[in-house]
Amino acid sequence: MDLASAKMIGAGLACIALVGAGVGIGNVFSALISSVARNPAAQGQVQPFAFLGFALAEATGLFGLAIAFLILFVF
Amino acid sequence: MAIELRPLEQFAIERIVPLHIGGIDVSYTNAALMMTIAVVAATTLMVVATRRAALVPGRWQSVAEMLYEFVADMVDSNIGQGGRQFFPFVFTLFAFILFANLLGMIPYSYTTTSQIIVTFALAAVVFILVTAIGIIRHGFYFLSLFVPQGVPKVLLLLLVPIELLSYCIRPFTLSIRLFANMLAGHTMLAIFGGFAASLGILAFFPTAINVLLVGLEFLVAVLQAYVFAILTCLYLGEAVHLH
Repeated sequence: MDLASAKMIGAGLACIALVGAGVGIGNVFSALISSVARNPAAQGQVQPFAFLGFALAEATGLFGLAIAFLILFVF
Repeated sequence: MAIELRPLEQFAIERIVPLHIGGIDVSYTNAALMMTIAVVAATTLMVVATRRAALVPGRWQSVAEMLYEFVADMVDSNIGQGGRQFFPFVFTLFAFILFANLLGMIPYSYTTTSQIIVTFALAAVVFILVTAIGIIRHGFYFLSLFVPQGVPKVLLLLLVPIELLSYCIRPFTLSIRLFANMLAGHTMLAIFGGFAASLGILAFFPTAINVLLVGLEFLVAVLQAYVFAILTCLYLGEAVHLH
């Protein structure tokens, strides 16, 4: 296997990290929706935490995406 | 018609004013220029907006007051008692990161927060401040931060090293989170823009999606500044109150 195809496979494998980010973001917002549906008055208190959770979950996926970009375009 | 993709070119550092002091390269670069612009823009906004302060705020004063109240709320609800003395620090961090991120969204400008050394310096300042405050306020008892309460003694053998490790990698997670978001976001925009450009006349639909992605990047730029600031607040609150 030559280097170019190994890089492509490596970048593809690194993108698997985005599965976790997708699951995490989905979890965060499903929890937000169900909690707001149960108690609409709590929306103002819960929403900042939801966005904090969204950003934290998204960041973990982006680590993987950044690795994929580095493999493709730097090395 | 293939267009060669060089999405990481936008992060290249160029010397504007070459300067060497004692063998150390301290040139004024495009990254330093954007940092200067961010600091000047944030300062100008706050100074100009509050120069003619009125009881009924005008447009600019409203913006400044919203920023102030947003960070003040964040500090109050996350540090609590005795949090207001850290307000200037948190506000400065938030304003700098927010302006650096947003100025980076201007096409052909430079995103300083996509350089890991910049974000690591910011995170290291937070880490050192938090540790110093914890030790000054509580002395030896600061170490109780690493001992979870209400846990069987046998489990402590396992949990204390984990707590200690997660405390020590904080500057790295804090800096890599901001850096990776900015790097991946701007690289993604460049790559998708390159795809759209290579399509020529058919580029309408990819361009429409790119517009949405730019909107997402604006959201991420604001959100990451918020996350950095709120995590700083949480760490400071932990050091002040110990649990």
